[in-house]
Amino acid sequence: MIKLKKSDYEKIVAHAKKEAPVEACGLIAGVLDGEDKIIKKVYILTNTDHAEEHFTLDPREQLKAVKDMRAEGFTPLGNWHSHPVSPSRPSDEDKRLAYDSSASYMILSLMDEEPVLNSFHIEGDKAEKEQLVIADE
Amino acid sequence: MKITVAGEKKEVAEGLTVAQLVIDENVEMPQYVTVTVNDDFVESDTFAETVLHDGDSVEFLYFMGGGAA
Repeated sequence: MIKLKKSDYEKIVAHAKKEAPVEACGLIAGVLDGEDKIIKKVYILTNTDHAEEHFTLDPREQLKAVKDMRAEGFTPLGNWHSHPVSPSRPSDEDKRLAYDSSASYMILSLMDEEPVLNSFHIEGDKAEKEQLVIADE
Repeated sequence: MKITVAGEKKEVAEGLTVAQLVIDENVEMPQYVTVTVNDDFVESDTFAETVLHDGDSVEFLYFMGGGAA
């Protein structure tokens, strides 16, 4: 199970809508509770590709975020990005570039009126949906 | 000499290069890793000639990207 605060979900959606049709992206960090991941902080990073179908996290912002996670005592849990006009599932490119099987890969789809956020465990070319809980706190 | 790797202090040999550190740290998929030394990004083709010094702080950053295509 991976748990995300509603306020952080809203932060992701608001940023992704603002960036659309360009893909938005960022990092997630928090704590591990047994096999559960509790997201404590969502980082919004620049998509250096500035593209509608690709994203690359800005490495300078990534460095800053990693240091912040360390200072806060958080564990890096994975990343998130948006699919402005396609479903919330990993593309072939997403799977090819998901080299860390311990990470969670969250994908927000904006293709329908209601945004859809899913979290995936990706290993090789297999993507498995994780149980995502969006809670008030 | 002492350096810091991903926030952890380590005792390493004098003259250690970034290339050797990548090996020593068992960095997985180094082709996807960007290295910083004291917040300066090190070009991957200079790893072998970039010598670390006492007090340096090194970070390994994995490339993160993808897309809808």
